Amino acid sequence: MEVKTANFEKLDTPATITVSGAEAVIKCLLEEGVETLYGYPGGAIMPIYDELYKYQNEIHHVLTRHEQGATHAAQGYARVTGKVGVAMATSGPGATNLVTGIADAQIDSTPLVCITGQVGSHLLGSDAFQETDIVGISTPVTKWNYQITNAAEIPEVMAKAFYIARSGRPGPVLIDITKDAQFAALEYNYKKCAGIRSYKPTPKVDPIQIEKAAEAINSAKKPMIVFGQGVILGVAEDLLKQVIEKSGVPAAWTILGLSALPTDHPLNVGMVGMHGNYGPNVLTNECDVLIAIGMRFDDRVTGNLDAYAKQAKVIHFEIDPAEIDKNVKADIPVLGNVNETLKLLLGHLKENKHDAWHNEFKKHYEIEYEKVIKNDLNAERGMIGMAEVIDEINTCSKGDAVVVSDVGQHQMAACRYTKFNQTRSNVTSGGLGTMGFALPAALGAKMGMPNREVVAVIGDGGYQMTIQELGTIFQTKAKVKIVLLNNGFLGMVRQWQQLFFDKRYASTEMVNPDFVTIAKGYHIKTNQVTERGQLKDAVKEMMEADEPYFLEVKVEKEENVFPMVPTGASVSDILLE
Amino acid sequence: MEKKDYTISIYTENNVGLLSRIAAIFLKRHINIESVTVSKSEVEGVMRFIIVVQETEEKIGKVVKQIEKQIEVIKAFYHTDQEMIYQETALYKVRSSDFVDDFNIQDFIKETNARIVTVTPNFFVIEKTGKRSETESLYEKLKPYGLMQFVRSGTIAVTKEEMRISNLLEQFNTTN
Repeated sequence: MEVKTANFEKLDTPATITVSGAEAVIKCLLEEGVETLYGYPGGAIMPIYDELYKYQNEIHHVLTRHEQGATHAAQGYARVTGKVGVAMATSGPGATNLVTGIADAQIDSTPLVCITGQVGSHLLGSDAFQETDIVGISTPVTKWNYQITNAAEIPEVMAKAFYIARSGRPGPVLIDITKDAQFAALEYNYKKCAGIRSYKPTPKVDPIQIEKAAEAINSAKKPMIVFGQGVILGVAEDLLKQVIEKSGVPAAWTILGLSALPTDHPLNVGMVGMHGNYGPNVLTNECDVLIAIGMRFDDRVTGNLDAYAKQAKVIHFEIDPAEIDKNVKADIPVLGNVNETLKLLLGHLKENKHDAWHNEFKKHYEIEYEKVIKNDLNAERGMIGMAEVIDEINTCSKGDAVVVSDVGQHQMAACRYTKFNQTRSNVTSGGLGTMGFALPAALGAKMGMPNREVVAVIGDGGYQMTIQELGTIFQTKAKVKIVLLNNGFLGMVRQWQQLFFDKRYASTEMVNPDFVTIAKGYHIKTNQVTERGQLKDAVKEMMEADEPYFLEVKVEKEENVFPMVPTGASVSDILLE
Repeated sequence: MEKKDYTISIYTENNVGLLSRIAAIFLKRHINIESVTVSKSEVEGVMRFIIVVQETEEKIGKVVKQIEKQIEVIKAFYHTDQEMIYQETALYKVRSSDFVDDFNIQDFIKETNARIVTVTPNFFVIEKTGKRSETESLYEKLKPYGLMQFVRSGTIAVTKEEMRISNLLEQFNTTN
């Protein structure tokens, strides 16, 4: 281990005990407060599973049905609790199956520690059975990774893994442990990591930048806030609300910022981006000051960068220096955890109101309502629309449920139409767009927040990518509510084929199995809605059920998601139909 | 924006795997690495990477931030040729017979500032340290005589300005 940790850590050395590497791993997890982890056993990680057996009263291992499910469940757990999610797998295919979830956690800044078994160190590099260079494979998609071949390194590396995963801009860490290191004995003593000399998780705040930002906001005529997940990761939801209320600035959110501000807050003006709301997209190109808070100007948010907010002065509150000027040039970059920077900003802000400007958002909302929303919620048309189902969930949840969505049209419906009162309630795969995310993530979310209602909203495509996790839900009895919005298509791709590929529906129509029978096979309570008249009662029954529940809703086959910023277009050229 | 030669200096902890982590950042953006060298630095236990690439300054700036974001990277910088003192070393293996017949060896060594490393009845090995243009011009000179082998090191470079890495590390020890 060559990386230097803070000096003072080494000053006092408490008494050590001799344990095996495998037991040390479990002890480290317990030291880090891990109560639940997700994984799948196999040859190279058996010593650790043997210890999990011994420690089963202290730490709950959830056997998922596929390692990808383990990472997504750990992500769901991390996203709702703010704690580090933990996933575990064996070497070779076990480890490679984790990669999608790791990549998802990396791009969505989710704190994750993944532990993989590895073949014995004497076999490394020999193409041994189930040997894979998982450290090499995971390098581009991890915040940090490390291979342990010497048991004595386990406590320090594990401490560092948790520290790195959760500090600064969070992310996934992978620790690969050879089988001999799991068996070998070590002198165990654990010390939490307090710092790494080459790693500065939180940049120092420059008070001059705060003053500049405040001045720009105070003198703005048409300011607009766009906030992202940085607000949630920084636990700055209250500060954000205070900033918004004091400055009177209308605030829009990115898909991962959703739920940081209650839906019905008067200054919440909706979602930005490709399928965001009409007002915030159009007005991005009319505001005079654009205040980006804990967001990274993803291409799905900005559309064509050459025509994105060119008229505006851009203020960028951000913890990661690499995000400054990456996509959008910041006139006033404000580095730091938003929890710190917004607090300082608040002191410099003037009480203000921007009623006329705020009205512009309302006017645009009315246009969007007439052209899009009214139709999405129209109970007169033939088949049930996705938004109607979300609306029924709102009626039952009153905005207090955690909604976990998969990827595609239903995701856009869920994010556009779900009402949220509480933060950390929207769990979705934003950056990577991982189909198959929702079912395992909902399981993890429910286990992280057992007292909250957790509803998974999934399309028929993504559902079949991780459908085997029904087995995990059945086994753990986690009371996840699963809503399958079945349109018999890979709807988002079909929509693009319709709009941009002349309706050539290449490989997007799905011949589906009987989903109700499948859920029944896992002894999960089920229901199916094919007609609008059944919807209300069915959703109500599902939400009130005190057990896992599967509800399939047959929705309109060829519904399109609007508004839409076509790829390469400017956000202000957003289409309403 | 115009592409130029940039020298990226990266001070890092000495850790297995860091080279591939850094290489991946270039790979992702399709930036071809012209040369890379890794050695110990002026600070005990700290390694220094010198990577030369041809790119626009905008892209280099972003890449350097991504590099600095890696956990074991202490600090990364980028500089233009004007801001650096840099050298490369090249070795040239030439057949003795060709070389002796056609050359006045004494004059050759004087002119080019090259050095003869080894002489055998069969071949000479000549070493030249200097800028790329100098090693390149010697290459052109020797090519007609049948170069048996040629190899050139990556660029090594020091900056004209001070780097203050020791201060940076000292700060960590006292403030953390």
